[in-house]
Amino acid sequence: MPNHDKTIVLVGATSAIAEHCARVWLQQGVARLVLVGRDAARLERLADDLRIRSPGTDISAMHGDLVRPESIQDIADSITAHGCPDRVLIAHGALPEQTECQADLAEAEKAMHLNGISPALFAEAFAAHMARAGAGTLGIIGSVAGDRGRKSNYVYGAAKGLVTRYAEGLQHRFAGTGIKVVLIKPGPTDTPMTAHLKSQGAKLAPVEEVARAIVRGMEQGQPEIYVPGKWRWIMLVIRNLPRFVFNKMDI
Amino acid sequence: MVEVNSWGRLEAGRHQLLPLTQHPCTTLPLAAHGLAYGMGRSYGDVCLNPGGALWATRGLDRLLAWDEEAGILTCEAGVLLRDIQRLLVPRGWMLPVTPGTQLVTVGGAIANDVHGKNHHVHGTFGDNVQQLQLLRTDGELMDCSAVRRPDWFAATVGGLGLTGVITQASLRMRRVQGPWLDTETIAYASLDEFFALADASEAEWEHTVSWIDCMSGQTGRGIFMRGNMSAMAGGPSPSARKLTIPFAPPISLVNRLSLRPFNAAYYHLHRRNSGRQPAHYEPFFYPLDNIQEWNRIYGRKGFYQYQCVLPRQGGMEAVQAMLRAITAAREGSFLGVLKTFGNRPAPGMLSFARPGVTLALDFPNKGTSTLRLFERLDAVLREAQGCLYPAKDARMPRDLFEAGYPRLAEFLRYRDPGIRSAFSQRTMGS
Repeated sequence: MPNHDKTIVLVGATSAIAEHCARVWLQQGVARLVLVGRDAARLERLADDLRIRSPGTDISAMHGDLVRPESIQDIADSITAHGCPDRVLIAHGALPEQTECQADLAEAEKAMHLNGISPALFAEAFAAHMARAGAGTLGIIGSVAGDRGRKSNYVYGAAKGLVTRYAEGLQHRFAGTGIKVVLIKPGPTDTPMTAHLKSQGAKLAPVEEVARAIVRGMEQGQPEIYVPGKWRWIMLVIRNLPRFVFNKMDI
Repeated sequence: MVEVNSWGRLEAGRHQLLPLTQHPCTTLPLAAHGLAYGMGRSYGDVCLNPGGALWATRGLDRLLAWDEEAGILTCEAGVLLRDIQRLLVPRGWMLPVTPGTQLVTVGGAIANDVHGKNHHVHGTFGDNVQQLQLLRTDGELMDCSAVRRPDWFAATVGGLGLTGVITQASLRMRRVQGPWLDTETIAYASLDEFFALADASEAEWEHTVSWIDCMSGQTGRGIFMRGNMSAMAGGPSPSARKLTIPFAPPISLVNRLSLRPFNAAYYHLHRRNSGRQPAHYEPFFYPLDNIQEWNRIYGRKGFYQYQCVLPRQGGMEAVQAMLRAITAAREGSFLGVLKTFGNRPAPGMLSFARPGVTLALDFPNKGTSTLRLFERLDAVLREAQGCLYPAKDARMPRDLFEAGYPRLAEFLRYRDPGIRSAFSQRTMGS
């Protein structure tokens, strides 16, 4: 088992994708798991569940503000005080309602902060510790929505686009070192965040499969993962559609 | 609104899908009439509510407590039996009762009070529920067990989700020494032989079941299988490779041409391979779980399952009469099961498993001719005072349901007025 002595940190641990990634990692064997989130009660419940699944793992929960820079710094510093983690997965986010963001700039700002700036700052904070340790894998969840702005969700898409550029920059910075930065772009996944899409009849990928692909990709240190894999090709087409075609599409 | 179907794939209805995700669940999302929906593995319409809402429970899948001393697992209702088995079997614990698939939720297993191959030893799934939590649509949250609110417990176990939404449960596990069973396969050439084998196996064998050749006429030949959990080290663990039936063919692959030769081949193959051998619990308990979406083999029109239980008094003659009718109609499938239940009372007011013998058969949906065959089978069933299994049913007449479930009137007092299913509308009037 490759991970028996490893420390794994999940930021936004109560998100369905992070929760299922935790289950996959624990099946492989993990020494220490730190769950970071906003809601203390939900984190504790998640920790209880994971402790039953893996009694041998040291599992702790840490709650705090995920948006303020000082809070992000504090969280990263206090986790790394016990040693630099081997894997950090930054997974928090919330799918905003595009029309509400258009009508209310405060909503738009909140969505961009939570889905774009906050994950980037978490990445920066942990990257500093990994740079000192000279090793580690940093996974950041972006989205296929960040590949090209679309009228149906460009506020979310712009935030995830920021994450994409940030991850690229970190990859460039750490090229040739022991530090891997993995940008993860899930397609629509069956989670509470997409419940309304499901009730509209959208085809969503099962979260268990998405989690397995993310863990596999992070263990291999791939620079960019689309999950499910077909989204790589779908987005290649979408990104390259000429504007006169793209503008006619209702997506 | 989204199309949701049950395992029989008979008729997809449009539903409003409302996922439950956060536990503790203290309110249900607003709906005129809702129904809890787990894996949709019941065959007919007990899990459907067309035109209304389904509260999807799969997101309620956290483990809440594990008491290793007492062997009691408390979990949310959307946890799959498979996940419990895979987590705890390596630690020496197993669910005492599981149905023929482990791809069902804890909540669904309770609501249908499912049974396994060891009914005569461990009873039904509900017999092994220590406590459950029920959320009513008016927001009331109730803990029920055999001692605390025993009436609510008896209404909810086997209550088809109609008393409220089961949000969590505490399950009694049983000790095992490993994942292996010591099994024996014996061919039988008649129903007399089947009943003799079943009765002789009760004392020494925990698991008993048989495959029956539904084309064999009233003689009723088949393959009897029995097994005990065992400490032995078996062979290699079963492969995780899964087969998927990629699409539903335009016509059923189970048809007049394939039915008789396949059943004969199955019988002779297993007769030749009879004898004792070790078996891993997954293929022994859940033989079809590795073929994903196997229900598609019946084609686009879907299929029915007819599962009844008959009292032992007159049961053999009734099984004979049913096999005669099925063979004559040349309908049926490869999946025929004949099994005896133990002599124990059921925990739920609407529990299906009861003393007697149960016959289960799949039938590709051929429209009126299939329904007409069911009417002939119903007549035999009425005469023998048997009943049908709601979890498998999509068509039983209301009077047959009422006759088979004498505690129905008592049960109705515990129904949640905000909950209904296609089944409840069909058999209970609302």
